[in-house]
Amino acid sequence: MTNISVTVDGVRYDDDVEPRTLLVQYLRERLGKVGTVVGCDTSNCGACTVLLDGRGVKSCSLLAAQSDGHVVTTVEGLVPTGEDGALHPVQRAFHEQHALQCGFCTPGMMMAACDLLADNPDPSDEEIREGLEGNLCRCTGYQNIVRAVSAAAAELRSARGAAPSTPEGVASA
Amino acid sequence: MIPAAFEYVRPDSVEEAVSALRQAGEDAKVIGGGQSLVPMLRLRLALPTTLVDLGRIEELRGVRDDGDAIVIGAMTTHHDVLGDALVQRYAPLVAQATETVGDRQVRNLGTFGGSLAHADPAGDLPAVAVALDAQMVVAGSSGRRTVPAADFFVDYLTTVLEPDELLAEVRVPKLDGWGVHYEKFHQTAQAWAIVGVAAAVRRSNGSIAEARVGLTNVASVPVRGRAVEAALAGGEASAGAIASAAEQAGEGTSPSTDLTGSAEYRQHLSRVLTRRAVSAAAGL
Ligand code: FES
Ligand code: FES
Repeated sequence: MTNISVTVDGVRYDDDVEPRTLLVQYLRERLGKVGTVVGCDTSNCGACTVLLDGRGVKSCSLLAAQSDGHVVTTVEGLVPTGEDGALHPVQRAFHEQHALQCGFCTPGMMMAACDLLADNPDPSDEEIREGLEGNLCRCTGYQNIVRAVSAAAAELRSARGAAPSTPEGVASA
Repeated sequence: MIPAAFEYVRPDSVEEAVSALRQAGEDAKVIGGGQSLVPMLRLRLALPTTLVDLGRIEELRGVRDDGDAIVIGAMTTHHDVLGDALVQRYAPLVAQATETVGDRQVRNLGTFGGSLAHADPAGDLPAVAVALDAQMVVAGSSGRRTVPAADFFVDYLTTVLEPDELLAEVRVPKLDGWGVHYEKFHQTAQAWAIVGVAAAVRRSNGSIAEARVGLTNVASVPVRGRAVEAALAGGEASAGAIASAAEQAGEGTSPSTDLTGSAEYRQHLSRVLTRRAVSAAAGL
């Protein structure tokens, strides 16, 4: 057994885990964070994406022990606890733009989108597609996912008080 | 999808890591970011008795300037390599190839040294290390030794690292005023290179003074394109001269046949991608 101390969605946990425990197993089976899902056996699908110290990682591809001393955010922690029913701008955009069908890829897509937007607050459609290359969706054809990420980016930018960029096709004065 | 059981140690220093490796014996394995190893553990393609996790060793992270070279710590993540000003300035070929490794999530955790020590012939960084004459600094029980990249890779997933050794850092000679390009051919996003070519070219006026070429996934180890380099050196920096030099790109390669392509197809790609990579590096 290895002792780990990890903060998940704002709560600190001190636990003994078997070294071979994957982070996703720890999240789902020990902490009950079943919002993070497993979609493949090959590290391709990205459905299990969570943030580790703010950066997107595939929780099926690291050991729980590797998260010792770090901060993990799952899809369940996008909105601070206590704000029941509130949605994060990325969640709201996925809802409004109909960026999901079966929904299985959605938690990972949203976490990967958060990672991307933290690095690049105003990505082009091309950059969104590149940025989400580690996430597969078998249903939507990606169009609405790209739209949703773009919409979320715009909302996050205006929430931050950044000057909105000139809409496409509108000449600036 | 669950790895088999193993012992796990988290040393705080390189010395502790080396002594943990020595104690654990032959079947121990070093884990960096784990982006190659954890998938292999899950599929039980790797069955180490002990994992030595380098994640806590701060001295292995980061990039520093060391005169005529930059030194990249083995545990520097691909993400941090990409954002590093020294890498961008003195080793842009490393940055270009790193950008094509895996996907964002993999680059956030995966490490520069891990990609090299894993020695997958389809990995993008080994060919770059070979092309740039990088020096691999290896730490072991009897101290440190430096191994040229050309001698570091021994076979498929095999390097010169002894069971009680680890890759500590990599010295990458500075290339100032060279044009560089990494050309990778793959079928889908996040897939491995079917073939990749790393090229660096130093031009002087209308000719190519010097060139370096490294090939990914055309043998069990990365291949230095010596014949192409010799054909380019001193020649014209023209499309025709580069195309004819690139015809030599199959030399020294022994590609395998797999689902993504036959050996013959890989040799064809070696020539085509060498032409493209060298042309781009020469600014044509
Ligand atoms: S479950 Fe992690 S990448 Fe598919
Ligand atoms: S909505 Fe079904 S996999 Fe993406």
